Amino acid sequence: MASTSRQQILEKMRQNKPAEAPELPENIQFPPFFDEPELKFCDTLAGIGGQAIFAPSYAFIAEDLQQLFPTAQLVVHAIADLPMSGVHPDTMVDDHDLAPVDLAILPGALGVAENGAIWLDERHFGRHRVLPFITQHLVIVLDRKKITHNLHAAYGLIDPTATGFGMWLAGPSKTADIEQSLVIGAHGARSLRVYLLG
Amino acid sequence: MSQHSVAADLFNKDEARVDWHDESLWFIRQKRDKAVWQIPEWEELRQLGSDIKEHTLAHLDEYWRTFEEKAAANGIQIHWAADAQEHNLIILDIMRQHHMTRIVKSKSMLTEECHLNPFLEKNGIEVIDTDLGERIVQMRNEAPSHIVLPAIHLKREDVGDTFHEHLGTEAGATDPQYLTEAARQHLREKFIQADLAITGVNFAIAETGGFVVCTNEGNADMGAHLAKIHIACMGLEKIIPKMDHLGVFLRLLARSATGQPITTYSSHFHKPRAGQEMHLVIVDNGRTTQLGRPDFRNSLKCIRCGSCINTCPVYRRSGGHSYHNAVSGPIGIILAPNLDMKANADLPFASTLCGSCTNVCPVKIDIHDQIWKWRQTVVAEGYVEGGKKQGIRLMSFVLSNPKVYRFMGKMGRSLLRIAPFLVNNGLNPWYKNREMPVAPTESFRDWYLKNEKNG
Repeated sequence: MASTSRQQILEKMRQNKPAEAPELPENIQFPPFFDEPELKFCDTLAGIGGQAIFAPSYAFIAEDLQQLFPTAQLVVHAIADLPMSGVHPDTMVDDHDLAPVDLAILPGALGVAENGAIWLDERHFGRHRVLPFITQHLVIVLDRKKITHNLHAAYGLIDPTATGFGMWLAGPSKTADIEQSLVIGAHGARSLRVYLLG
Repeated sequence: MSQHSVAADLFNKDEARVDWHDESLWFIRQKRDKAVWQIPEWEELRQLGSDIKEHTLAHLDEYWRTFEEKAAANGIQIHWAADAQEHNLIILDIMRQHHMTRIVKSKSMLTEECHLNPFLEKNGIEVIDTDLGERIVQMRNEAPSHIVLPAIHLKREDVGDTFHEHLGTEAGATDPQYLTEAARQHLREKFIQADLAITGVNFAIAETGGFVVCTNEGNADMGAHLAKIHIACMGLEKIIPKMDHLGVFLRLLARSATGQPITTYSSHFHKPRAGQEMHLVIVDNGRTTQLGRPDFRNSLKCIRCGSCINTCPVYRRSGGHSYHNAVSGPIGIILAPNLDMKANADLPFASTLCGSCTNVCPVKIDIHDQIWKWRQTVVAEGYVEGGKKQGIRLMSFVLSNPKVYRFMGKMGRSLLRIAPFLVNNGLNPWYKNREMPVAPTESFRDWYLKNEKNG
């Protein structure tokens, strides 16, 4: 039955598709339009509920986080240079073991000034894909030189097929499903703090 | 009276609530405008989005064959469903093979279209909708009233009452922060317990054999990354040729939908995680028929942003439920008759044809033209009720006979002056909530003939 449907559907597509259509646009790029993409990134992220701050060193980040999250019980990170104690995510066995994570600190690949999004994949959060979502609070450390203007440029710099799962992350989890009132912290992380390092 | 107008009448009984609904939607339309005006190349992006989609429709079978091959190599199991029933059976079959009984589901209008929830519940399976708005309407045994904002028709008091009953929140509590937190705790438990997660799909990418799911809440990911099995369900129109094209569509989608620069999470799935099964169900359910209708195939370009709904003066004042279809508003009007022309013959008339939908559509679908064409199609196919059909016939006769037209005009003007109660009464819907202007003594034609002679 299933394979019959497949053949019938593909055949119906072939028969019913329009004969003429536009050519596929090639090399879609639009010129950069931000004078200072790093500052635009910070502004955009603030507008969608996140926070980006410039960090001179990993030591600065560790100190800042200890002040911000003094009561965090379970901190997870895999950044060797970060002078802060934490559980390496790969030492956790089952995805469900991550439910009590209070704070996850992850590296990011690339930021986009126009929309405040950061690319992350399994090279950044490890084999537990649920980590950036299930943690109560999320921190991303990003090289401040790795901010690009828009998504067209960004897709040229990342490879979403390099691992089995990757994503654009833009701010903390949010919802406005009750009378259009914005509430931060729906199902995913309740806060997002981004350190622009360097 | 037809179904939409009956339901809209009920919705309009509470005037203050209609005003509130209208303003809520218009607020989102304004947020969309602000987000769009920040992009100097917005119109070029719309054209690109439209061109890519039109190109894809003209090569649909080829792109699906490419996708299938790549996705299989990625370890994604592909299923094809000719209709809603086959879609539902595929999912039930996977559940039964694994002896599973609990599903968490993120937003998927396709599964609404297929009536998946009632089907699975009848078969002893617990389905929990995890999008906050969808969970709210699920608890109330209602359908979503909007594809992006499922509970836009409800006030915080309604949600407070529902959560008090189902989640044990304090009676009378209406603070959105407090209510959302209660739902977060409740749904975390469900995410942890679920055997299987169902998500929708925003875009499938032919060249890489992967798919993208966009949410703000993170519910699709909480489900998919915890469950042993992930089933993604999609209509066959949601494929794009290349990864790079996401640059265009992700810039268009969230700005058009809610005025955000991008959704919080744009998740790119390519392979199941270790020990997980990943399935993709590709559904036709009338879409290839729509592809064969030159006047209406363009509707398959839709990326489900909901901007046409937010801007629609009829939707804003009649509410999503009055459309009695999973997808409401202008886009629902042009999709629904393809699913069932008889049951949805009233919908093409639920429009003023003002064209605002077409103006905001990020992929340039000629929505209001298609609504107008659907009117002609449903009348030609005989699916319009007697009264409306007679009315249209009479109108056509009058408008195509100048002498009759002039005579009727004269009659009408005299009648309005001499005996207005014959026209302005409860039997004439044109007089509802309206004061008509005083009828002139002569028609424009009379005035023109007189003045031309004088001049």
